[in-house]
Amino acid sequence: MTQNRTLRLTVMSTVVTGALILAGCSSDSEQTIAESAPEKLEGTVSLWHFFSGREAEVVQSVIDDFEAANPDVTVEVNSGQDDDKLQKVISSGGNIDVGLSYSTAIVGKFCSTGAFVDLNPYIERDDVDMDDVLERTLDYTSYDGVQCTLPALTDTGALMYNKTIFDAAGITEPPKTLTELHDIGMELTTFNADGSIKQLGFNPLVGFYENSPSHFAAMTGASFLDEDGNPDFATDPAWSEVIEWQKAFVDEIGYDKLQRFTAGLGQEFSADNAFNVGKVVMNMDGEYRTAFLADQVPDLDYGVAPLPVVDDAPDLYGAGWLGGNVAGIAKGSDNKELAWALLKFMTTDTDAVVKMANGLKNIPTLHSALESPNLEVSDEYRVFLEAAQHEHSVTMPATADGAAYAESFADFWTTYQTGESADLEEGLTELDAQIADAFELAGQ
Amino acid sequence: MTSVIDRLGSPAATGLPGPPASPRIPRKRRRRIAAAAMVAPTVAGLLVFYAYPLVASIYYSFTSYDLFSPPRWVGLTNYEFLFTSDPRIGNAALNTLWFVVVLVPIKIVVALAIAGLLARRTRGSGFWRTVFYLPSLVPPVAGVVAFVFLFNPGSGPVNVVLGFFGIEGPLWFSDPALSKPSLVLLGIWMMGDLMVIMLAGLLDVPRELYEAASLDGANGWQQVRFVTLPTIQPILGFSVVTGVIAALQYFTEAAVASSVASGQAAVGSGTASTLGYPGDSLLTYTQWLYVRGFSNYQLGYASAMAVVLFVTASILLVVAMRRISAFHPEEVS
Repeated sequence: MTQNRTLRLTVMSTVVTGALILAGCSSDSEQTIAESAPEKLEGTVSLWHFFSGREAEVVQSVIDDFEAANPDVTVEVNSGQDDDKLQKVISSGGNIDVGLSYSTAIVGKFCSTGAFVDLNPYIERDDVDMDDVLERTLDYTSYDGVQCTLPALTDTGALMYNKTIFDAAGITEPPKTLTELHDIGMELTTFNADGSIKQLGFNPLVGFYENSPSHFAAMTGASFLDEDGNPDFATDPAWSEVIEWQKAFVDEIGYDKLQRFTAGLGQEFSADNAFNVGKVVMNMDGEYRTAFLADQVPDLDYGVAPLPVVDDAPDLYGAGWLGGNVAGIAKGSDNKELAWALLKFMTTDTDAVVKMANGLKNIPTLHSALESPNLEVSDEYRVFLEAAQHEHSVTMPATADGAAYAESFADFWTTYQTGESADLEEGLTELDAQIADAFELAGQ
Repeated sequence: MTSVIDRLGSPAATGLPGPPASPRIPRKRRRRIAAAAMVAPTVAGLLVFYAYPLVASIYYSFTSYDLFSPPRWVGLTNYEFLFTSDPRIGNAALNTLWFVVVLVPIKIVVALAIAGLLARRTRGSGFWRTVFYLPSLVPPVAGVVAFVFLFNPGSGPVNVVLGFFGIEGPLWFSDPALSKPSLVLLGIWMMGDLMVIMLAGLLDVPRELYEAASLDGANGWQQVRFVTLPTIQPILGFSVVTGVIAALQYFTEAAVASSVASGQAAVGSGTASTLGYPGDSLLTYTQWLYVRGFSNYQLGYASAMAVVLFVTASILLVVAMRRISAFHPEEVS
């Protein structure tokens, strides 16, 4: 009897304690939009982003401009926040006003679930000129009609080549087609006496540095999803074409030789990057590499050209890939009007975008910024700027399954290049079916 | 029966005036309330942080849950996708099973063998015990990074040394067939903590048992089989249980090795793109669970994966314990 009463008391105490703990975990907030933007901004707004060091100072300089224009506003900047953590805090409804993420994979989920609030009401109310925003960047900043993020600079790609080695080999022009890329790549590939690779003209391995499927897509115009949002890897012949070209290239040199050589190369973002030290002559890479090269190997004589494209589609020449930072207002924001004012300033104010682009050496996402005389443009950088505006530049569409479909495809391709899978068409068809199942599971 | 505290704490026992008794709450009940209040935080912690997550995981495994929206009941859909459609879970499960079947026994055998050598009280044994134990103090991430560079096929010292003997070194962490064995080498190098436990167990075996066995004519192996192993059976059981659980949760070493060997060392969300390199050979079950749950925000599906892992771990541990108990003839019978 006594034990029963003690047990009951323990249970009651436990329930009360547990309830207190759980009560502290729950919170919610509702989105409200005023009919007009506030005439005067005041208060405190938080910004979480992943930049650190020099890059964080660039972002801070733009924040300083915002605060100078709005003297009654204080921006609490949380820099150097790991992007993974940022996403988790936002998804759990944490008190973040504006979140800046480098992952476009979150957009589908964040838009469809309201983790980032829909910006369309604000955009319409304030009559934001969305025509000024690079059209292709809207593909990866919105999902199913919900514009829950805006692009905050983007990355794009081109072919970088070592001019010194080109000159020594008597090559005057960078390759424009995949055939030329293969031929020049093989011509510039040299071997040691034991048969191992000494210098590689172009590394065809998928997975090497920036050799990702989405970047190869820019060379072929291949699409990831069809108009209905279904995976397009088996049905778009452009994929088979580029995969077979890449596989033949790998086989010609030898997969094992390439793997051995690649494994001995420096890390992508280290000073001994293979392109920096001349071990790989041509690389697909992003515009940010120009800043790395200026810092790490200022004496390197290199050129930048558009990505080579499939031989029968010259109109693709000049295109690149697009994908960059996205910024949105977290659902847990206590002051969404102020958050929107900051977000709008950072993503749609021409001077702010130019300032960030100059500092971070990324591509501005506004036409007005791209045309701004204040944008610092070198000859090498100009190729990237043109790629970003090319009508055939590719982006990875947002899905409710995030980037899982692209990872599955990359996994398939990296396995295929080893020679383990014999039938490409059959493999791609099976992959499409698996991705379709994954989409269904994710609620797409 | 009156407890010691009752006797010592009562005013009658101490001779001191006690606090005025509440006219409404009897003393015994007050003591029970106090005991319940003191136990409650611990019980609540166990319920909230252990029992609730376990039960919630089982519930979520039958839902579509993405952290942002309320869970939606989908029945067995997650399990159906897991067993029939997930493109990478087969590789992840097989890789994990490989670590359970290969890495755990090898680590235990090597740790036991080295502990057996170091158990002999010879000159310099303290030095060698320190030498073998030291690597386990290295943080796993640092150890993996160092190993990947040591075994770098192009420029690593291991292949350079092999080259001196005319041997073309393998691709190690860049070869799907050798990436897991390479991690086994790392596991052996870092088995110092396990070795110390084995050493303590071996030193605790009564020498009289060996003397008696020797008088009975037992040779070296028979002494190990019928004296050493049965005596340290609890330690072997502990090693197997913790080893199997650790192998089923194998994550950090494989993830770091993939990231560094791929040449794209990344952090945060970027890690998902390098997990499994090369060719999915280092993709483990928990890595894939993490990607599904926290990169793809499919918490319902990840919960289903966790439940399957929980059941699998339980089965494996029961089997392992039965095998270990085979060293004790009495328990076998």
